[in-house]
Amino acid sequence: MTIILLLAPFSLLLALIGLGAFWWTVRNGQYDDPLGDAERILLSDGDEAPPVRPTPPR
Amino acid sequence: MTYSAASGDDFSAYLRRDGAKPATLDLLVKGARCAGCLSKIEREVARLPDVAAARMNLTSGKLCVTFAGAAADPGGVIDALSRLGYPATPYDPAKAAAAYDREGRRLVLALGVAAFGAGNAMMFSVPLWAGLFGQELGPAARTLMQWLSALIGAPCALYAGLPFFESAWRSLRVRRANMDVPISLGVILTLCISFVQTFRHGRDTYFDAAVSLLFLLLIGRWLDHRLRSRARSAAADLLALQAPAASVLGPDGRERRMPLGEVAVGDEILVRPGERAPVDGEIVQGLSNLDNALLTGETAPQAVRPGQACRAGALNLTGALHIRATARSEDSAVAAIARLVEAGAQARSRYVRLADKAAAIYVPVVHTAAALTFAGGWALGLNPLDALLRAVSVLIITCPCALGLAVPAVQITASSRLFRKRVLVKSGAALERLAEVRHVVFDKTGVLTLGRPVLAHAAPADVALAAPLARASAHPLSRALAVEDGGSEVAQSVVETPGLGIEGRINGRIARLGRADFVGAEGAPRGETELWFAMEGEAPIRFQFQDALRPDARQTIQDLRDRGLTIEILSGDLPGPVEVVAQALGVTQWRAGLSPGDKVAAIKSATETAGKVLMVGDGLNDTAALAQAHAAMAPGTALDASQNAADLVFSGEGLGAVTLAVDVARAARRRALENFGFSALYNLAAAPAAMFGLVNPFVAALAMSGSSLVVTLNALRMARVGR
Repeated sequence: MTIILLLAPFSLLLALIGLGAFWWTVRNGQYDDPLGDAERILLSDGDEAPPVRPTPPR
Repeated sequence: MTYSAASGDDFSAYLRRDGAKPATLDLLVKGARCAGCLSKIEREVARLPDVAAARMNLTSGKLCVTFAGAAADPGGVIDALSRLGYPATPYDPAKAAAAYDREGRRLVLALGVAAFGAGNAMMFSVPLWAGLFGQELGPAARTLMQWLSALIGAPCALYAGLPFFESAWRSLRVRRANMDVPISLGVILTLCISFVQTFRHGRDTYFDAAVSLLFLLLIGRWLDHRLRSRARSAAADLLALQAPAASVLGPDGRERRMPLGEVAVGDEILVRPGERAPVDGEIVQGLSNLDNALLTGETAPQAVRPGQACRAGALNLTGALHIRATARSEDSAVAAIARLVEAGAQARSRYVRLADKAAAIYVPVVHTAAALTFAGGWALGLNPLDALLRAVSVLIITCPCALGLAVPAVQITASSRLFRKRVLVKSGAALERLAEVRHVVFDKTGVLTLGRPVLAHAAPADVALAAPLARASAHPLSRALAVEDGGSEVAQSVVETPGLGIEGRINGRIARLGRADFVGAEGAPRGETELWFAMEGEAPIRFQFQDALRPDARQTIQDLRDRGLTIEILSGDLPGPVEVVAQALGVTQWRAGLSPGDKVAAIKSATETAGKVLMVGDGLNDTAALAQAHAAMAPGTALDASQNAADLVFSGEGLGAVTLAVDVARAARRRALENFGFSALYNLAAAPAAMFGLVNPFVAALAMSGSSLVVTLNALRMARVGR
């Protein structure tokens, strides 16, 4: 049963990584244009340019 | 009124410059729907010589263009886009910044944290619950699980609960208790009790309940916020497309249209009757009445003369005014209109007022009931911790979130459903009234017809004679006349009488333009699709116009009939044209030759015989009639005055918006009643159950947030209406 002392923190760590990734995607504005991003997959020209975003007001 | 680069407007006011960085421009682009549109737009715009990059946001319709340097030609971008077939309007940089949705981001982050917390606290709850049935969970292991659950649950609950705690604190500071107060109390007490239980090696802890409650509530709150912000941005987009330009007069009396941001202090601006003053200014010429309702809420007109001040957003009623600008625009007129729309969208309707009143009484009752449960439970022999637990369950389960969400959720969904079809709803109360109508009254010119009259064959000399006076009026017929003439001279000392005509001085001589009897053409029949013009001492000249019917007018009339409504046409035009239109549309009830006062009387009598009336009207003539009807709609091409009196404003060439609005209003009323009934029933059943100890905090959390979710999801059914 002592294995739980390893498993519990480890699974929490994984979950925290997931939460951190979610936080990053929200802050990065990756959800600002769901329709556009869906359509861009169909375009054959590469899309390396990051989105031109207005800087958020203070 | 949309912009076209060909009209010579200068768009450099819309560029955003930030120090040494290259200028950017935001545009609202219509008609982009798929990958093909996306790539076409971005590629073609990026190909322009002075453009460095272009990025299109398909969801909001905004195109962000970055220029290569200081040389920036917004007009070129707009031209390129319209050549491709996508009409574009420049977006005000101030508004673009305001579109950044801070509140929505915070809610979504809180939602993410709550989801994480709920899921992981549950991970430790499963062994705890499993151990309740006499399996191998010894007290040490149980305490370990409880501590781990606390470690996850408490911080997550505290972070995810911030929106509620802040709202509750703001409300308590003004000595009121809103619905977030019981929730915050419930969550904090649950956490405290659970910590006490954990320290004392007790059996039941509820960290998972606290976090799950917040998770479910945040879903409802986030959905609500999304609906509101979508409605708000749709309204802002609609306003951006109607962004008014100012008519600035040069020193020679010639008129130039320019965007608001370009108006400098000291410029002389012409404000026609029916238009709003674009900037704050001092009146230098003209006598008129102003309607300051947008600014002061006062609808009584204020008579003004040269020398008096005029505020931005004031509606000019009777005479053309020349105003000298005393301040730059900062978009005060548009901001004022936007405020009106937002205030309208939040305006208290009958149902919302009822729900608010109920919630206001209910919250203190909830607190009292919880306190009584605690005291009563303790007195009846329960140990204090158990009594407190019951009190917390009461607090949580009886929170009237569902009641508070019941009607606003429906109204917001209905409003945004209509916004997507370019119908602007000014208040939730308007939708309620629209659902009750039985009889529909249409005006002819501008409503059943497109309102884009074109001058039929007329002598150019006559047109040139009448043009200066025609230019001083915003009436569609005057505009059509003015457009035929190439010049830009404007008459002086102009006074416009709504419904009759306009009088002014051209080169020192008095001239009149308007109805036959106003102009002095005695004995001639009065038509609506014609204008008479007479210069002092000369014979009157007649101008005739042609106007097409809206493409779907007949279908709309039929659809409205199918929905059990009776139709009538009331028009100020001659019986001849009105009969033609009525026959073309299959309407048997019609009246012609009505003055504005006659229309008001006709609506009054229709209300008595046929039931509550929906009036669809246009133009300065119909303002009083629109106000008299139970509900009112106006086409978006109507003058500002009509837009004031109307509850709903629709744009575009089709009349189908009327049918859609009626459908949405009726569906909204059904949903609102369902929600109201459900939440009332829920609260009545849940409170006694909690007081008698039949629910623990976890069940309470699920039940309460479940009820809010049910109400919100029921409101979302509105999104399917009319599809």
